[in-house]
Amino acid sequence: MSSTKKAGILIFPGTNCNQDLKDVLENVYKLKVEELWHQSSFQPYHDIYFIAGGFSYGDYLRSGALAARSLSMKSLIEANQKGKKIVGICNGFQILTEANLLPGALIKNTGLKHICKWVALEGAGVWSNSIGKNYQLPVSHSEGNYILSEDMLSEIEDNGQIILRYAENINGSQNNIAGIQNKSGNIIGLMPHPERAIYPQLDYSYSQEQSGMIFFEKIFA
Amino acid sequence: MYFTGNVIVRFKKSVLEPQGKAIEMSLGENGFKGVSQIRVGKSIEVTVDAASSVEAEKLIREIAEKMLFNPVMEHCEVHMVESP
Repeated sequence: MSSTKKAGILIFPGTNCNQDLKDVLENVYKLKVEELWHQSSFQPYHDIYFIAGGFSYGDYLRSGALAARSLSMKSLIEANQKGKKIVGICNGFQILTEANLLPGALIKNTGLKHICKWVALEGAGVWSNSIGKNYQLPVSHSEGNYILSEDMLSEIEDNGQIILRYAENINGSQNNIAGIQNKSGNIIGLMPHPERAIYPQLDYSYSQEQSGMIFFEKIFA
Repeated sequence: MYFTGNVIVRFKKSVLEPQGKAIEMSLGENGFKGVSQIRVGKSIEVTVDAASSVEAEKLIREIAEKMLFNPVMEHCEVHMVESP
């Protein structure tokens, strides 16, 4: 994509995946990246926004709950009203659900353990044809168990809003949901970490799939 | 008979409770003025089989002291829930 595109990464106290994400956006995709601190509002002039993973506000109250109500998120809501693309990864997904920008909630994994491993994923809904076989991304989360009311679940299934599913249910998520988008398709949230699946040194499936790149190229398409 | 008690565990006032502090800060940023002393604790519901409500409360207090709170940093209240 063009080198003039601008990306904003929202950062909260306890966010810890922002450096990996910034590196990928700057060095692989040649975006101009601005880090946006939680205590400041911003003008939504960027082309795309990311909420990086981590443990915003120490996961106090509920994962993502305090971050979702911070000053920078009010600007992100304005960015959404302008139809800007917004991507929440891991804790970013939790923040987007707490901000009511995406439906549902993420609760403790059914096995009660933090899961940190590579997992097999399948494309779904509008992403059905974008994700090939043997697709894998790393996950690292304690609260990735996606829940939603039965009515809303059938609504997002019918709309094709579920974009990624775990090949095997690792955390109790309803319908194996690993990633979703909003109805208009400009907001995406997912538990896996595509920014950790870019470099061969970190990515054992790199030679077959370049799995993180497949994700970002779909986002930037 | 079964009796249920609600055990409330909170940090002592002298102990820093960071979760409450973070919520307090966020409320301030969201326009709620004059909010202070937010302290997050735990509510633990315990049902026991006992001969009477008095016996049940005694047992729940013992459970609380043995396991549910640490008197060095926390204090604890037991409230018996009215039977239906």
